[in-house]
Amino acid sequence: MNGNLLWVAFSTIVVKEVRRFTRIWVQTLIPPAITMTLYFIIFGNLVGSRIGEMDGFDYMQFIVPGLIMMSVITNSYGNVVSSFFGTKFQRHIEELLVAPVPNWVILAGYVIGGVARGLAVGFIVTLLSLFFTDLTLAHPFVTLSILFLTAVVFSLGGFINAIYANSFDDIAVVPTFILTPLTYLGGVFYSISLLPEFWQGVSQLNPILYMVNTFRYGILGVSDIDVTFAFGMIILFIAVLGGFALHLLNTGKGIRS
Amino acid sequence: MELALQIRGLEKTYGNGFKALKGIDLDVKQGDFFALLGPNGAGKSTTLGIVTSLVNKTDGSVSVFGHNIDSDLTQAKLCMGIVPQEFNFNFFEKVEDIVVTQAGYYGIPSSIAKERAEHYLKALGLWDKRDNRARQLSGGMKRRLMIARALVHNPKLLILDEPTAGVDIELRRSMWEFLTKINEEGTTIILTTHYLEEAESLCRNIAIIDQGEIIQNSSMKSLLAKLNNETFILDLDRDLKSLPDLDGLEARLVDEHTLEVDLPKGHGLNSVFAQLTAQNIAVLSMRNKANRLEELFVELVEHKGAK
Repeated sequence: MNGNLLWVAFSTIVVKEVRRFTRIWVQTLIPPAITMTLYFIIFGNLVGSRIGEMDGFDYMQFIVPGLIMMSVITNSYGNVVSSFFGTKFQRHIEELLVAPVPNWVILAGYVIGGVARGLAVGFIVTLLSLFFTDLTLAHPFVTLSILFLTAVVFSLGGFINAIYANSFDDIAVVPTFILTPLTYLGGVFYSISLLPEFWQGVSQLNPILYMVNTFRYGILGVSDIDVTFAFGMIILFIAVLGGFALHLLNTGKGIRS
Repeated sequence: MELALQIRGLEKTYGNGFKALKGIDLDVKQGDFFALLGPNGAGKSTTLGIVTSLVNKTDGSVSVFGHNIDSDLTQAKLCMGIVPQEFNFNFFEKVEDIVVTQAGYYGIPSSIAKERAEHYLKALGLWDKRDNRARQLSGGMKRRLMIARALVHNPKLLILDEPTAGVDIELRRSMWEFLTKINEEGTTIILTTHYLEEAESLCRNIAIIDQGEIIQNSSMKSLLAKLNNETFILDLDRDLKSLPDLDGLEARLVDEHTLEVDLPKGHGLNSVFAQLTAQNIAVLSMRNKANRLEELFVELVEHKGAK
């Protein structure tokens, strides 16, 4: 296929993915908006007013970047894992497999579909946060690029999870037992400077800490970690996860007999 | 003439050790209407799965219009459309979206894809249902949707894996007409089916596969010429208490006024009528007992199983 045909195939997958999550917007776009609004009210307003400042900002301002990032992570991951597993489960993955679409285009299409949902939810949560606090972008390029790259990382993660999943239970295991704990322990609600030194070291093994803090740096201009290092690590994650996902597609793992 | 499909030494062993294909060779000529028959589990769907790259082969080679699936898979895929045995579309998508999306996977721009979707959905009687979700369609409509989807990129080879399974007679015949028409317009068709009447009336060439091996590969005409006997059912004008004398022909009374007669190849019906008339028995109507291909199929498969 030449470049033009590849573009048509790629955009077809992306449009299909966007159409899917917008068709079921009550399941995909509304729940994170409600959950995050509750976080803003309960943690940001009610509890946060008693906590005081964190890293020089009032608590609401501090947690908003983390909560936006949490929405992006869970939704980009959730979109790809449920969509691609559903595609496998209903066997309409065969529509793609019989067509002359290269595997990297399939992967890119699903990942950008996940990114689209992650960013859509991130945008909604950002709009909602404006009812509770003022947001200014200290570093707009850092903010937008880390948001995009993080959505790519977790879309790739969702894709790999979907390839290995054999049942709907399997697509809930990683979000429940890995993603949620790492997100909550990734500095969404606190600065790791509050932790004892040992736990600060342990926290630095958590990749989500780097994403949340880099995003916070983009908005507030403060971070617990080295932003350059964070970007390097995220790009490495994308390369490793992307390469692995492509390898699984090329070998037909879970999708070809 | 160029071959639409060429298979050489195709083998497939599944992960559990089951050898589904044991080195099959198969040629399908361009423009052919070809039947691939076999009992359940014989290897038909595995063969088609490998051709369409849904199944990884263990050994052998497959070429579609000269494009080897190992070295030139993209071109091979562009030549093929597949209608699988099971429904494999998104039940929550709209009918038209399913066809247009499939066209997009082949790099066909949206405007052209919509024109083609309209053409094939109209040809298959689904245009009125274009805005319905696929799950709202009847079984026959779902099968026709899969045909429209398979044709949207105008493939030179259409592969249909039991396309009329569970479809009522009227719809089946309209699908036969449609398939005959596109075959006459130049599309090569490979068909698997359990309705042997379907294969006999549609296909010019046939291969029978059993236990992973091709046990018959010839023209339909030459295969049917191998039949030694044909059975006719005669409805008689009166009740019979015993078998009439038919000069050594095998015959049975199904009930008091229905007679089954086995006629050897080349034996005319006139002598049967003459002998019955001589015994004051009139024949009111007559029909073939069974599909001729079915008899051969059973004979071939049973013979293979007995080996």
